[in-house]
Amino acid sequence: MSIGHTLLGLLESGPRHGYDLKRAFDEHFGQDRPLHYGQVYSTMSRLLKNGLVEVDAVEAGAGPERKRYAITDAGITDVAQWLARPEKPEPYLQSTLYTKIVLALLTDRNAAQLLDTQRAEHLRLMRGLTERKRSGDLADQLICDHALFHLEADLRWLELTAARLDNLAEAVRP
Amino acid sequence: MTPEGSLLAAEGLGKTYGQTPALDGVEFSVHAGEVVAVMGPSGSGKSTLLHCLAGIISPDSGTVHYGPHSLTALSDAQRSALRRTDFGFVFQFGQLVPELTALENVALPLRLNGTKRKEAERRAHEWLERLEVETVHGRRPGEISGGQGQRIAVARALVTRPRVVFADEPTGALDSLNGERVLNLLTDAARDTNAAVVLVTHEARVAAYSDREVVVRDGRVKDMQAGLI
Repeated sequence: MSIGHTLLGLLESGPRHGYDLKRAFDEHFGQDRPLHYGQVYSTMSRLLKNGLVEVDAVEAGAGPERKRYAITDAGITDVAQWLARPEKPEPYLQSTLYTKIVLALLTDRNAAQLLDTQRAEHLRLMRGLTERKRSGDLADQLICDHALFHLEADLRWLELTAARLDNLAEAVRP
Repeated sequence: MTPEGSLLAAEGLGKTYGQTPALDGVEFSVHAGEVVAVMGPSGSGKSTLLHCLAGIISPDSGTVHYGPHSLTALSDAQRSALRRTDFGFVFQFGQLVPELTALENVALPLRLNGTKRKEAERRAHEWLERLEVETVHGRRPGEISGGQGQRIAVARALVTRPRVVFADEPTGALDSLNGERVLNLLTDAARDTNAAVVLVTHEARVAAYSDREVVVRDGRVKDMQAGLI
């Protein structure tokens, strides 16, 4: 999963402090693996350097300064491009796909189109594997079958998610 | 007339069962020699689309073009004649005639078209060989396996050298190995004869045998290639 893109997507709804970003990330995506503060700050400094976020305000307090980050236009474009680009089909993609779908819903983008684009990418690869299987030897057939069954499982998940998109939107939107 | 390049095409198809719309403004086309998978969840309208495209049922609105014909403007008798000569069908459960042998089942469409018995059986034999079920030619459907039955159904669909083959979940009742065999034989034979195949399936592994897929959702069709960002 791309933590940079995820944090950028979370910033689209409005500026946040690093601590708020970590909390929002953990709430939506961090069930198994919450984000470390260090990851948040190192990611934000990279995004800042690349012009994808800017410091919106700095609050001085008793401890260290607290920066509030805002997404830039370049950052919004970057999130949009990441969401629209299908992932390379491979096993255990679900966490990245799930993140993209939730972010699309949170930012009012077309999550159904995202699922369709990914589905077409999966089928494109499955077609290639089926062709290779048809012209290959038994070893080819067995290797391709293994990949095909995994990709099929992904596709079934994509279909099920498409059918549950309305419920998911209700669950994740504030 | 069909749109340029396509053999069979639907424009603005609508079909409602009672209060439930099964098809809602569907556009679809298939070229000669092309295998198109029609996917979608149960109840999405895929089988209704197949039946409308094949002229088995009439849509409430819209048109199906096949070459110079508008299927929707033909009489029932003309549509039946066209189905016998130009279309082939494979269904999920073979639907072979139980009283006839495998050979007689495959020869049946030719006999219905007026082909003499000897010639019909000669051609049926050829297709049974091609589908690798020649050894069971004298057996009845109750005496053969499901995989063999489905291959006989494919032979029966192709024996008239149809220009369009409609396959509705053709491997839905088979295990993976038999399903794969049927799909290889069906798509190879159809491509060799330049027939178009409309392959209705809800399984991605089956759709992967196609050249292109469309998805039916809530009675509408989405062409997945066209939908790419």
